[in-house]
Amino acid sequence: MPERQISYREAVAEAIKEEIARDDRVFLMGEDVGVLGGAFGSTKGVYDAFGGERVLDTPISETAIVGYALGAAMAGMRPIAEIMRVDWMTICMDEIVNQTAKMRFLSGGHPDVALVIRAAAEGGIGLGGQHSQSFEAWFVHIPGLKVVMPSTPYDVKGLLKSAVRDPNPVIFLEPGVLYGVSGPVPEEEYVIPLGKAEVKREGKDITIVAWGTLLPKTLNAAQTLANEGIEAEVVDPRTLRPLDIDTIIDSVKKTGRLIIAHEAMKTGGVGAEIAALVQERAFDHLDAPIKRVATPDVIIPVNRSLERLVLPQEDTVVEAVKSICS
Amino acid sequence: MPLTKEALLNMYRRMLTIRHFEEGITEFSRQGLVPGTGHVSIGEEAVAVGSCSALGDKDYIISTHRAHGHLLARGADINVILAEVLGKATGCTGGKGGSMHLSDFSRQILGTNGIVGAGINIAGGVGLAIKMRQTGQICLGFFGDGAANRGTFHEGLNMAAVLQVPTVFVCTNNQYGLSMPQCKACGNIDISARANGYGMPGYRVDGTDVIAVYEAVKSAVDRARDGEGPSLIEAVSYRLRGHSMRMDQMPGGSDYRPNGEVEDWAENKDPLKIFRSKLKELGYINEKEAEQLDAECRQLFESAADFALNSPEPEPETAFTWIYAPEGVK
Repeated sequence: MPERQISYREAVAEAIKEEIARDDRVFLMGEDVGVLGGAFGSTKGVYDAFGGERVLDTPISETAIVGYALGAAMAGMRPIAEIMRVDWMTICMDEIVNQTAKMRFLSGGHPDVALVIRAAAEGGIGLGGQHSQSFEAWFVHIPGLKVVMPSTPYDVKGLLKSAVRDPNPVIFLEPGVLYGVSGPVPEEEYVIPLGKAEVKREGKDITIVAWGTLLPKTLNAAQTLANEGIEAEVVDPRTLRPLDIDTIIDSVKKTGRLIIAHEAMKTGGVGAEIAALVQERAFDHLDAPIKRVATPDVIIPVNRSLERLVLPQEDTVVEAVKSICS
Repeated sequence: MPLTKEALLNMYRRMLTIRHFEEGITEFSRQGLVPGTGHVSIGEEAVAVGSCSALGDKDYIISTHRAHGHLLARGADINVILAEVLGKATGCTGGKGGSMHLSDFSRQILGTNGIVGAGINIAGGVGLAIKMRQTGQICLGFFGDGAANRGTFHEGLNMAAVLQVPTVFVCTNNQYGLSMPQCKACGNIDISARANGYGMPGYRVDGTDVIAVYEAVKSAVDRARDGEGPSLIEAVSYRLRGHSMRMDQMPGGSDYRPNGEVEDWAENKDPLKIFRSKLKELGYINEKEAEQLDAECRQLFESAADFALNSPEPEPETAFTWIYAPEGVK
């Protein structure tokens, strides 16, 4: 029997439903997550299954959404809080950075600071400068947080379930452009541990570390490159903090070349951190300079051609590979 | 039910303990024994003690950067709190949080906060958990007049009303946000009046009168416990010291108040003097007993000082713990 195929957004909703059913401390809160089923449809059916006691539609109050989720976690609940878009996490950065991330340390190792803060991330659908950003680097910079950014329906379901069960606060970023993408997701229970990368395609000539929207683009690029005789190995870190650097280093030792591809801005991006770690630990294995494929330091425009121009595409990855694999 | 003699004397004892504690750490700060700084609440003891006396043992509190009084009013261990203020290993966060980050989970004190106004949402969230778990507790969230002008006040109180959480919001209006007088920081100085805009009751009480504070908070606590939702209480008091111990030691660090204002409040509206007169009037205490109680509370601080000053420094490796849950914790 062929494996069941469901969309990324359906996998998100399914993970949330399973975790609410499994643990009576788990609940969902955020703007439009209930009756509507999420502005992007990623919580569809959760309210129908559990009702308003476990699924709270909130006012447009980002600081209160995260602050309340934190307070509820400190008093024994395990909230899943949704901030509709990562762009708006800027509104509640105090709650995330100064409060949630530091609460365990500043309260003497309090055991209950378990919450997940979910948000849609990245661009590609013409939503413009305040609805298209990718801020994973902001959160990777903060000790106390875990940062997860899955790119397939299978991964998002297994990782979201692990995030809900994790005793630490987890920032969970869902690339908005991938919500409609379908893939195999088994019906039976499974979890994927946080902090474990996956080699999505094996190859011997170059390692490409990619996540978010850049993962499917990179896999397509790898196929194009294979037709031209270059075998790229594609590693999806899936969790960016803690980062599974060992899997990346192992791959680089095999291929001798590294590209990091992400949609976030190039300057200060997680790609820079990975490049630094690899040169610290595997400098002697590198046969070429490390390259980054990322959005140049611009503000994401709405116009389709302009947006396509600034966001890295499959071609951008192909060209970057060729520039160091000649 | 009116407060018993025993309850009132216990409240007075707590207020005196707070006063001695904060006068003591002010001196320690001058001597360089307090890392960083600390924010004393001298003049605001009636708000801390009146509010906490209205709580049951299982109720939660969330507090602010100016929190020693709240901790001691709630019955936290004075030794542990003083050790934390001094950054010692025996403090409630092992010397890692200091004066602004105090907690005592055995007394349901879930934490204090270095960010003005951040505790308001957290207190609402604790209330949400209580409501979802149906435990019959309430959460009391302290904040100040400065915090009332932050967005978190608006979002947090509105959310509390929308979700009907059992949280009582207590605003200690000490009339200054650092150097900024409240009358210049608010379009309408009556913070309690804002409650109406959120659909919850608001009360403004004399924050120098511990019994008035107790009664207002008690009625809000009873209401929350009966499932009738949140309330806002504004207790108007006065910060008799500067913003922080460190700032008070800076030349000119307290030169922003009108001449005679501090002296007037200290002379005429000191909550300890007011309460002592009241207790004498009721015949619950005479001058000699009052002196004795004062000496006992001073002794509590002295003995805490012995404990804290003789406590060890934190071990170096503790700088790297409590950032994440230990491996294997579920």
